[in-house]
Amino acid sequence: MATTLRTPRTTSTTRTTRTTGRGGRRFSGALMAAPALILFGLFGLVPLVGVVALGFARWDGLGSIGWSGAANWSSVLTDGATWQALWLTVKVMVISWLVQTPLALALGVFQAPHGRLRSLFAVLWFLPLLLSAVAIGLTWQALLDPSFGIGATPGLHWLARPLLGSPDLALYTVIFVIAWQFVPFHALLYQAGIRQIPTELYEAAAIDGAGPATRFLRITLPQLKYTMVTSSTLMLVGSLTYFDLIFVLSGGTGGPGTATRVLPLAMYITGFQSHDMGRASAVATLLVAFGLGLSLLTTRLSGFTRMDSQQEGL
Amino acid sequence: MSTTLTRTRTGAGKDDGADAAGRPVTARRAPWPHRAATALRRAVTGGAALLWTALVVVPVYWLVVTSLRSATDFTTASPLAPPGHPTLANYRTVLDGDFATYLLNSAVVTVATVVFTVVAALMAAFAIVRNSGSRWSRVTFRLFLLGLAIPLQAVIIPVYLLIIRMRLYDSLAAIVLPSVAFALPITVMILVSFLRDVPRSLFEAMVVDGAGDWRMLISLAAPLARPALVTVAVYDGLQVWNGFLFPLILTQSGDKAVLPLALTLYRGQFGIDVPATMAAVVLSTLPMLVVFVLARRQLVAGLTAGFSK
Repeated sequence: MATTLRTPRTTSTTRTTRTTGRGGRRFSGALMAAPALILFGLFGLVPLVGVVALGFARWDGLGSIGWSGAANWSSVLTDGATWQALWLTVKVMVISWLVQTPLALALGVFQAPHGRLRSLFAVLWFLPLLLSAVAIGLTWQALLDPSFGIGATPGLHWLARPLLGSPDLALYTVIFVIAWQFVPFHALLYQAGIRQIPTELYEAAAIDGAGPATRFLRITLPQLKYTMVTSSTLMLVGSLTYFDLIFVLSGGTGGPGTATRVLPLAMYITGFQSHDMGRASAVATLLVAFGLGLSLLTTRLSGFTRMDSQQEGL
Repeated sequence: MSTTLTRTRTGAGKDDGADAAGRPVTARRAPWPHRAATALRRAVTGGAALLWTALVVVPVYWLVVTSLRSATDFTTASPLAPPGHPTLANYRTVLDGDFATYLLNSAVVTVATVVFTVVAALMAAFAIVRNSGSRWSRVTFRLFLLGLAIPLQAVIIPVYLLIIRMRLYDSLAAIVLPSVAFALPITVMILVSFLRDVPRSLFEAMVVDGAGDWRMLISLAAPLARPALVTVAVYDGLQVWNGFLFPLILTQSGDKAVLPLALTLYRGQFGIDVPATMAAVVLSTLPMLVVFVLARRQLVAGLTAGFSK
């Protein structure tokens, strides 16, 4: 480990001393940034390049690695399963956004004013955020069991159906549980966003005779633009990576059949169950490209990359 | 940072303004369409609030109640009825097993990850802010920004390869190192935006006093950034505590399992004994519940810190 760590350190130091004339401060700056850069470079940036490279390799996960040219790619791109996984991923992404955004906005609006009752609500709503995806998955899986789950309650028999076991319903059930896990977080974002809207704006609008609906549409929503873009970015990019929950809910298969086999699951199954790391890396490369493209697009729209303070705009 | 701003900003006067919920600021004039709109919006947000509360509370209640049922009670009783004869036997079953090992593993991984991440990120953020004019500072900042967009699922195969080649496979360090790497971008971002708002004159004053960068980092930046450090520590801690993919891929043996991975082992081990599995779920969540009770503010602040500005 020590040997691997040493190489990037020296390169980064020499690079900085070369570009600066005023030694000392820049040097200590480089030294301070070094641990973070090395760790992030080694496990973040190197794998990013590595995954592309491995997409052209043959590797079973244990033995030696050999080159296979474009074989993985031609097989991945001509495989209907890849396109189905991509389609499911897009479906989960779009439906999740449509479900979660209005809910999170409504809950955030409700949560924003301070008050005893509202903070009690907020405490309850917070609970899903404390549970791991695995805990949530196991709980819902047992809760939705057609024989012993919630459907056995008198009056709730309509829930006694294979919500996770039927190919037609499983994806929607998964999307519902994903919303259960993530809506509280996005509601918190909206709540924080709403609380930052200057009260003066509302006071001025009220003096001008604007009603609550007008105020909501003309002040609250436009002022939440940044929050909305942030929340949407996190939702869209995040939905590419729903793995833990779907893994647990489907017992590691992305099933029933392939009904919930989104891209990350397809990658996991190809790589770690079928031991074809090359093909899995090709699938993962699609995921990387998709993720980077999406966040590039949304950050372009939101100005998330700006280094200046957001507060200045007010 | 943003959250501290939020709090001071909203601390006073926001409640009576309260327009987010649609209450009029001045009750002077409320013609009919306005009142109808208010009522409608209250109904929508209030209805959503109630529905959502039920959706959250019912599963959590069921989880706790089920963990207190005996196996026969579970198969015969109505799922939402309180248990006829509540029993802690399921908890005993879980605790008699290797739960302590899993708990310890989770604690070690979480503490190590948080400490490494926060220290490395603070140093990096300080360096970025102190040299903010220079090209490498901008490049470094952009690199971490790029890191926010790398889905860890997508690069897990090369990470797995690296860990094998470093001979770390199936160790706790195998979880810690990549966890630190993927916690760094957001942590650095938050700390940079915090330190950037520290007045330049404070640093200049220390320069005049002859302080070097390390002195400034330790005796100025670190104490000033304390609230932000707590926030990111809590956020990173929650993420790592609940993390599943790295443990799943990078460890193998039972004695290296962390809690989320152990939960899936329990399911295999207990099979149809749902109450025991649910007891394990409850037990695995208890530590976070304790953190929540002790530090709710920091937890909420931590969750939104990086994203709400």
